Amino acid sequence: MTLIAILAIPLLGALLCWFRPLQRYAWFVTLSFSWAVFVLVLYVAAQVIAHGKVVAIPGWFEADGLSALILLLVSFVCALACVFAGGYMRHGHDDGRLWWFYANYNLFAFALLAVPSLAGPNLTWVAVELVTLFGVLLVGFDNTASSLEAAWKFAVLTIMGAPIALFGFFALFWAYHSATGGARETWDGLRLMAGSMNPALLRLSFLLVFVGFGAKSGLVPMHTWLPDAHSQAPTPVCAVLSGVKTTVPLYVILRFLGVILASPSARLGNWMIVLGLMSVGIAAFLLLQVRDYKRMFAYSTVEHMGIILTAAGFATLGSDSAAVAQMLNHSITKSLCFYAAGMVLLALGTRQIKEVRGLFQLSPFAGGALLLCALAIAGAPPFPIFLSEFSILSAGIRSGHNTAVAILAILIVVAFVAIMLHVNSMLFGKPESHSTAEAVPLSCRTAVVVAAIPVVVLGVYIPAPIHSLLQLAAQQLGGH
Amino acid sequence: MPSSIPHALNTLCAGLILISAFAMVATRQVQGVTRFFVAQSILLATSCFLLAYSQHSTDLFALGLITIGAKVVTIPWVLRRLLPADFYERREITQGINIPTSLLLALLLAIFAEFLMSPIVDAAHNPVIALNLPIGLACLLIGAYSLVARREAIPQLIGILAMENGTFFAGIAIAPQLPIIAELAIAVDVALIAVVVGLLTRTIRETLGTTEAASLGELKEEAAK
Repeated sequence: MTLIAILAIPLLGALLCWFRPLQRYAWFVTLSFSWAVFVLVLYVAAQVIAHGKVVAIPGWFEADGLSALILLLVSFVCALACVFAGGYMRHGHDDGRLWWFYANYNLFAFALLAVPSLAGPNLTWVAVELVTLFGVLLVGFDNTASSLEAAWKFAVLTIMGAPIALFGFFALFWAYHSATGGARETWDGLRLMAGSMNPALLRLSFLLVFVGFGAKSGLVPMHTWLPDAHSQAPTPVCAVLSGVKTTVPLYVILRFLGVILASPSARLGNWMIVLGLMSVGIAAFLLLQVRDYKRMFAYSTVEHMGIILTAAGFATLGSDSAAVAQMLNHSITKSLCFYAAGMVLLALGTRQIKEVRGLFQLSPFAGGALLLCALAIAGAPPFPIFLSEFSILSAGIRSGHNTAVAILAILIVVAFVAIMLHVNSMLFGKPESHSTAEAVPLSCRTAVVVAAIPVVVLGVYIPAPIHSLLQLAAQQLGGH
Repeated sequence: MPSSIPHALNTLCAGLILISAFAMVATRQVQGVTRFFVAQSILLATSCFLLAYSQHSTDLFALGLITIGAKVVTIPWVLRRLLPADFYERREITQGINIPTSLLLALLLAIFAEFLMSPIVDAAHNPVIALNLPIGLACLLIGAYSLVARREAIPQLIGILAMENGTFFAGIAIAPQLPIIAELAIAVDVALIAVVVGLLTRTIRETLGTTEAASLGELKEEAAK
């Protein structure tokens, strides 16, 4: 029942935000509700670690290791982004419209939480679509020319993926139905039956879903909406978009990959490696020439999506646990990046890398946060992304993909250098004489400090429950 | 069943659906594109009813009703409510590629779809699938093409919905037993897409005074500057 409550609470929150007398307290409602969801998700995760699976309604709402991991990431990032929004959204936004923002925010969180809780693929498609729709409304919230442009590109490119992916799900249903003769379609059932399904049909449906949902998770060549949406949206939304909104469609692709790998004659691992490397490569070189620091973090999201896909393509148990670890580390680190970027934006009022000089002198707190998150996201030791990237590379070598590992390593280094060059030029040097920094609200500082804790801790110490959750999640990816 | 009247009528529907996909590419007025979309949705629903009749399936019958409710009634009504009337009476759609070339490309896409699906169709031994699957994929690809070629908000939205029609036309043949709750959820979702994109279009128009997506060109990597 906890799983149902997790989905019901954000819906209730959205209703309360619509309710006129409560509109003034919309932030408080959203904040308390999203933390309540986080606590419930912790409970569900503990249950999953203990029993391997939580079933609310059999065949409809279930959570296994991979779902629990995604639920944990979504609820953590959403709850923390809400803390950040408290101070951030009061700057330059009309108070009368804020309830509309929070109502949408709740619905967005609901859709994100629904994707991993659903046991079957067809309703998952519906939930992913809802994520896109509420995301579009949040990206366009500012109603400025550039935010509307970003929302439009986001809408057209990602909604275009929807019918393509739906075609793939229909084909999957056909393959499953003709193999089983009418059992209810769930991810578990699909994995069990994969061997006896028509491999040509499985391949076709996977490719259609990959094209459709790859557009939604920002994989090259359908990535062009991502830097626009992630730079123009209000910063708390950017954190959710980059941290978990891209991970959620990727979760569906990985689930599907688990089904494909369970079918001996439908191997697609090498395709995943090539497409993943393409995303990493394009993103790494685009990172070198960005001029806007929020876009920089957005391109780094494309890079990380590519890395996760490549790791899943290696298809061994080791590379799978590295891939899910990378998902976890990317989500917590990338949301921290956007909080830091949002603080810089609040303090200095510009998004251009060139116009920020000597941030350490102007605002030591924002500067320190930016340095920490840049090192963490670029993959410097001892941060968690370094660990997971390192284990992806070594798992790749062990599975014999030497060329792919070499290319991946070079591209990761290029991305590292690019991010550090940009951040260096922002942090050090002499601030321009007329520039002053505005004070950053307390709620934003709190969010940064809380978000930094897991980023620092997970690099040196992985608690036993998280380790076993990662192991459980990796088993769903179907590596051998 | 291959020789029966429902099957013959379904074949007719399939042909008309493909023709309406071409017609959407060939039409210059926003109003015309919307009308062809509604016609295509009616044909899709007819095909649902025919299959429901010949397979004795209440699910498919319900899906036909859902299609009429969502795509023939709700979506055109929502678009009409959200957008002012001059939207539809206005000038021609600007297009990146001219119409004869577009039609030729659409034809190539249809042939490509037929070619791509032939191994799967051959294995299935089912005349309905042999008809609906390639034509559904062709409509999906042609819709995607018109989405890329058109530079105007409403035709782009109709392009997405036409892609959806193609997917459903294949879907009723290959997945007729899909649980009705999933189909209902998908239909609600499609209607929501129309509402959200319609809202977005209205806001863009109010803020920028145009709905030409081509004028949305501020955000890009300014490497040349």
